[in-house]
Amino acid sequence: MSKVLKVRNLTKSFGGVCAVDDVSFDLEKGRLLAMIGPNGAGKTTCFNLINGQLKPDRGSIVIMGKQIAGFKPHRVWQLGVGRTFQITATFASMSVLENVQMARLSFHRRTLSIFQKVRNLYVDESMELLKLVGIEKQRDHACGVLAYGDLKRVELAMALANDPRLLLMDEPTAGMGPAERSRLMEQISGIVQTRNIGVLFTEHDMDVVFTHAHRIIVLNHGKLVAEGTPQEVHANAQVQEIYLGAAETARLEKR
Amino acid sequence: MGFYVAQFLTGWADASGLFMVAVGLTLIFGVMRIVNFAHGSFYMVGAYTAYYLIAWLPSDGVSFWIGVLLAALIVGIIGVIVEMLLLRRLYHAPELFLLMGTFGIILIIQDLSRWLFGAEDLLGPRCPGLDGSVWIMGSLMPQYDLALIVAALLILGAIWMVLNRTRWGVLVRAATEDREMLSALGVNQGRLFTGVFFLGSFLTGLGGALQLPKGGADLLMDLNVIASAFVVVVVGGMGSIPGAYLAALIISELTAFGILVLPQSTLVMMFLVMAVVLVIRPYGLFGKAELAPHEPAGESGAVLKPASVRLKWLGAALVLGIILAPLFAGDFQLVLLIEIAILALASMSLYFMMGPGGMVSFGHAAFFGGGAYAAALMVYHLQTPMELALLLTPLAVGLLALIIGWFCVRLSGVYLAMLTLAFAQICWSIVFQWEEFTGGDDGILSIWPSDWAESRIVFYYLTMVLCTGGILAMRHLLFTPFGYTMRACRDSALRSASIGIYQKRHQWFAFAVAGAFAGLAGGIYVFSKGSVFPDEMAISRSFDFLLMVLLGGVETLSGPIAGAAAFTWLHDQISRFEFWQLVLGCIFIILVVAFPQGIAGFFSSKTERYFSEPTDE
Amino acid sequence: MLKVHALNTFYGKAQILFGMNLKILAGEIVVLLGRNGVGKTTAFKSIMGIAPPETGEITFKGIPIHHLPPHKTCNLGLGYVPEDRRIFTQLTVMENLEVGKQPPRKGYRPWTAERLFELFPNLAERQNLIGGALSGGEQQMLTIARTLMGNPEMIILDEPSEGLAPVIVEQLARTIKKLKNEGVSILLAEQNLNFARLICDRAYIIHQGRVFHESPIDTLSGEAYAKYCSV
Repeated sequence: MSKVLKVRNLTKSFGGVCAVDDVSFDLEKGRLLAMIGPNGAGKTTCFNLINGQLKPDRGSIVIMGKQIAGFKPHRVWQLGVGRTFQITATFASMSVLENVQMARLSFHRRTLSIFQKVRNLYVDESMELLKLVGIEKQRDHACGVLAYGDLKRVELAMALANDPRLLLMDEPTAGMGPAERSRLMEQISGIVQTRNIGVLFTEHDMDVVFTHAHRIIVLNHGKLVAEGTPQEVHANAQVQEIYLGAAETARLEKR
Repeated sequence: MGFYVAQFLTGWADASGLFMVAVGLTLIFGVMRIVNFAHGSFYMVGAYTAYYLIAWLPSDGVSFWIGVLLAALIVGIIGVIVEMLLLRRLYHAPELFLLMGTFGIILIIQDLSRWLFGAEDLLGPRCPGLDGSVWIMGSLMPQYDLALIVAALLILGAIWMVLNRTRWGVLVRAATEDREMLSALGVNQGRLFTGVFFLGSFLTGLGGALQLPKGGADLLMDLNVIASAFVVVVVGGMGSIPGAYLAALIISELTAFGILVLPQSTLVMMFLVMAVVLVIRPYGLFGKAELAPHEPAGESGAVLKPASVRLKWLGAALVLGIILAPLFAGDFQLVLLIEIAILALASMSLYFMMGPGGMVSFGHAAFFGGGAYAAALMVYHLQTPMELALLLTPLAVGLLALIIGWFCVRLSGVYLAMLTLAFAQICWSIVFQWEEFTGGDDGILSIWPSDWAESRIVFYYLTMVLCTGGILAMRHLLFTPFGYTMRACRDSALRSASIGIYQKRHQWFAFAVAGAFAGLAGGIYVFSKGSVFPDEMAISRSFDFLLMVLLGGVETLSGPIAGAAAFTWLHDQISRFEFWQLVLGCIFIILVVAFPQGIAGFFSSKTERYFSEPTDE
Repeated sequence: MLKVHALNTFYGKAQILFGMNLKILAGEIVVLLGRNGVGKTTAFKSIMGIAPPETGEITFKGIPIHHLPPHKTCNLGLGYVPEDRRIFTQLTVMENLEVGKQPPRKGYRPWTAERLFELFPNLAERQNLIGGALSGGEQQMLTIARTLMGNPEMIILDEPSEGLAPVIVEQLARTIKKLKNEGVSILLAEQNLNFARLICDRAYIIHQGRVFHESPIDTLSGEAYAKYCSV
């Protein structure tokens, strides 16, 4: 029905090593799907495949009912896919507002305009987005000097600039304190629900994953080893062995 | 059959010589991330030093070899001196300033060699014991060629052993990956660098000395060899030693056999190989994508601000000065002002590409010279009037830039820069070798302005209008979505792609725009001079533009103008001296050490407060 | 062992550290807690001489080191394991260890590749693989092993648990405790309080380039932690 993303038999290898091996899953509107697994399990490769940065060897990716195999990132973006990165990527020589304006310019297909100056373009819409993520006060700061948590928010605002249906977030709360993490995740949950966006995210903080995700998929050596609700995944013996470990399992139990 | 074998061996011998120059360059780049333009100069010094040492040593069987080794050793020591006195101070400066420093060294060595060794071409001594020829399958092969092949193989093997079997080699390979980490692990980075620079210089000195019996020594060797050496390094993959060997072999063999099919292809062949390889394998045969992406040329974090009221006043004053200048300036000063304006437009276009565009070009002369030739050819062959020629020239060069750019924007960083150099050399070779159409070395003469613009003053105003207009147009572009998108592509390729910007396409357009404006500058230039020669497309011309931009500083919009003015003025002042290149080289070196932000960058940081708009906060 | 006094460090024009004071005793494991961007990494880089401080004093074993380049600091016996691992991906595991090798130090049993492989059994199986072929957890083990090859008396670990699966983090905690038994002092930065509680003796809470709170880890006040690390 309301599937934003449908991945089937996705496979990609690098020089003989299978980074993503026959992975299939679905994501629905307004839902948060967490992807967890040890380092090098193929999470980032999976993201890059969905994002169009890499081309799959096999399998299909359907976003909003459209096959995207072989699409370049900017075409995938046109279908309504926003992305944030594990290590924040913003335009360091521009102010916070200009960063979001840039995303808006691209959304309106105005990147080749050569007459009007950027100063006067899409300021109001961009400010709306800044308010949505709560950094409107820093509008004139250069991104190069911004605190880490704020940069993550700028990224979020930029990812939302094309009114996306699907958000890909690579460790959205990495490098934040616990309280800031849960605040940001709550904010994201809120936005996602009201705008009916599907979110696929990776995360190493199990508190974030088990509190905020509706469903979880677990990757190991490129293979999907478990899928289900947080309770189901937590109870899965294999996941405990290869990923969570005894201490973490016990800790999550206690919560 | 025997003929082909001989041809193959000749190619292999050439490849061996080429490898010996390239191996040091690739080693130095790999470890120190320095694009050492002065490498060719060390090669030349090696040849000259060996020539005089061999002549001076008592002539017996081994004096040749002692001379060669001593010369290589001396060049290695010169390398150490340069590294310790100059380069070491610049490791923390932006990469481009190291380039400028090495340009300075080229100029200094050039004049010092002329002074010490004389301007005459020297015929190399023969190598005793290896001065004969041998029959191989019915063809005569010089023994020395065979010796070169063996020598290069020995060097290749020795370097491989050192890098893979010694602790020093492991450290060197570690340094190619992460220098900071290496020093945090207790390795004295400075000493390691000096060692590598010594080895690299030693090897190129050896290469220069060993080619004496084949090529002798002359003062053009430095720039001639550096272009080929760069091509080898880039094709092989920067930092890869086996890559350098293979690349040298491929290029030399293709040239050796290409000459049989198409004798005129010699100059172009090497660069064609490079273009083809880089399109298929963007980082060369054995190269890897740069691990750490290059810092953008512009200062990150510097937000582009519109001109403040005070800055606008300054601009207005400058315009007024330009308008009133003919009242005070004599004919000669007007000519100088015209030249400054044209070069300012050209270097602004290079800045446009390098700063906000993040694409460094080592071959901007292709577009400047391309514009000059486009205009000249239109006038010469089609009797096009000046007005029309000036209108069509930017379009023609823009088209050329679109073609070249299509290849170049697939790469980034140094690789992109090298590819621009290769294309500039291709353009130069075509102009140089296609005599019937372009006049070859003799150039095209008598290209004068239309009658109405013939008077010096009218032409002065025409130039000023076009150049100021061009500069302001590029400045305006930087404030529009087009310019912002350029900076977005430079700041973060990842982010631009994920907000739907097609980075390569946008860079491609920016490349073409920059090319078109450089073409316009070239067009005006040819009418101001009345003639054009292949020199306008040569490497040294490209270097001039780079120097102007670097002199002005890559971080300020006004930089290229200040740089062009300073460069032209300096050039005019000191070219009266006999050894003016020496003076110029010293000035560059002093400048990079004293003002690592460039001239305009220096003044703008001093006057930032004065010209910035008061903020509301 | 290590004393940091009134450290002020700048990146360009921006001041990152504001008069930071730290003290680590021999044989201790001390953690710096704090959010990203509060200056933990900068403090480490200042101590190592990678980002030298503008003013302030750092002494290691009583020797002033604030003006020393990184390699000299390291030669004195202070090892550094940076945040982003930074192993040499093109070198084999053995060669990575070779790069870190320094002469043995009096009073400490010298580390050899064999001894390290006992500590990190995973690496032993992979000693001839290039670093780039290792998994994230193995790479983290390798950086620590590589630093130990320098026979340090003290090591600085920048967020060792970052990005590792919980199972691996557990394993890492056991390894760090073993190192403590060898007599190596350890200063680390962490955001993972659970991990820090497992291994550390004492904690500093860092906020905006300053030390805001200091206490043994067992009695670390939840209030102070919540105030500066979680806001």
